[in-house]
Amino acid sequence: MSRILLGISFGLMMAALYLVFIYVPTEGTMGVVQRIFYFHVPVAWVSFLAFFVVFIGSILFLWKRDEKWDMLARSSAEIGILFTSLVLITGPIWAKPAWGVWWTWDARLTTTLIMWVIYVSYLMVRSFAVEESRGARFAAVVGIFGFVDIPITAVAITLWRTQHPRPVIFEGGLAPSMLLTLIVCVAAFTLLYIYLMLQAISLKQAEADLGKISQALRG
Amino acid sequence: MRLPLRKALVIAWKDILSESRTRDILSSVGVFALLIIVIFNFAFEPGSDNVELVAPGVLWATITFAGVLGLGRSFVFEKEKGCLEGLLLCPVDRDVVYLGKMLGSLAFMLAVEIIVVPIFLILFDLPLFLPQLALITLLATVGFVSVGTLFSALAVNTRARDVMLPILFFPIVAPVIIAAMKASGLALERESWSAMSSWLQIMGVFDAIFIVISALVFEFVVEE
Repeated sequence: MSRILLGISFGLMMAALYLVFIYVPTEGTMGVVQRIFYFHVPVAWVSFLAFFVVFIGSILFLWKRDEKWDMLARSSAEIGILFTSLVLITGPIWAKPAWGVWWTWDARLTTTLIMWVIYVSYLMVRSFAVEESRGARFAAVVGIFGFVDIPITAVAITLWRTQHPRPVIFEGGLAPSMLLTLIVCVAAFTLLYIYLMLQAISLKQAEADLGKISQALRG
Repeated sequence: MRLPLRKALVIAWKDILSESRTRDILSSVGVFALLIIVIFNFAFEPGSDNVELVAPGVLWATITFAGVLGLGRSFVFEKEKGCLEGLLLCPVDRDVVYLGKMLGSLAFMLAVEIIVVPIFLILFDLPLFLPQLALITLLATVGFVSVGTLFSALAVNTRARDVMLPILFFPIVAPVIIAAMKASGLALERESWSAMSSWLQIMGVFDAIFIVISALVFEFVVEE
């Protein structure tokens, strides 16, 4: 199953790379650097998906007390942090030629940075907890709080200031070839996320099984 | 009075009573807040021309940092003296325990703010009698305390508890800090209530949502 997923994901990613670098025409005003958009936007959407999965997994873990929900939430948080880091790296790379500055404190950037810190604290709370089971519960609490907080933070910061480019996609400002490229990239990165999730969860499951076996051998 | 609220008030009164005997938190947090204001004064040198730009930020940064210190203390005593186990043995719902601790912390923070905010206004030569600022401070403090009580109970069970609370706490209460700062800026310029209504709404929504969620989740944090 995961072999097939790997194959499809690889194929889609290759297609995405072709579309981004060869097929799609260079954008008029921003030039070549605009191609980052096709990586930056899908990675950002998938990171929100990842944190939504953390939210659901955290609620289910606190409710059902089944370890597998905690593994799901934790894997999703790790991958989500990776993807958010990519957003925070590709963004400034684009911003320097496009806006002239690496960073501004506008609504979307600030919210994304806060989101990154919240999920890093999700992982930190696990390492700093005294026992692993309590750490998992604490992390679930952070996962729930963090996700509920993000929309409120976004509203507050948006009210505070705005400089990010207006959402081009929903205002119909994208040429068809660009829309196609974007959709393929979103699909490619979503499949990548699912594949990474499956690998991460099976790894954690194997660790848990190993722990149980070694404990049984000892006792 | 409804029974759960009365039980919560009993728990809050326990904290207030023990604090009134030692005045530990009040004095340490109050002096700390004052020192932060002094340091910010060196950092920003608010003259008469830029004081309105700088003042809201200084006030809310001060309350945030001093508040985190005070909130951190709220569960440390419980943990050290084994009082938390005692509280959990009481036949009360966990959300009532949360409510009690929260009301106690709210009382402490408001007590500190009643002293610190007027001193701040005097030191920065700002108008003193601002009912809008009082409401903003109340809403923001409820927001801090709602999240802070929960995370304090959480952080006290981790290794680096002094630093874990700010790391967890600051990102989550960021909207409250932003709203409080912006609204305070408007209040200091004597704007009308309608001008700051959206900020007040954000704080109100935050307070309502996070009191409920914290109360629901509290039992998962304190159970062994």
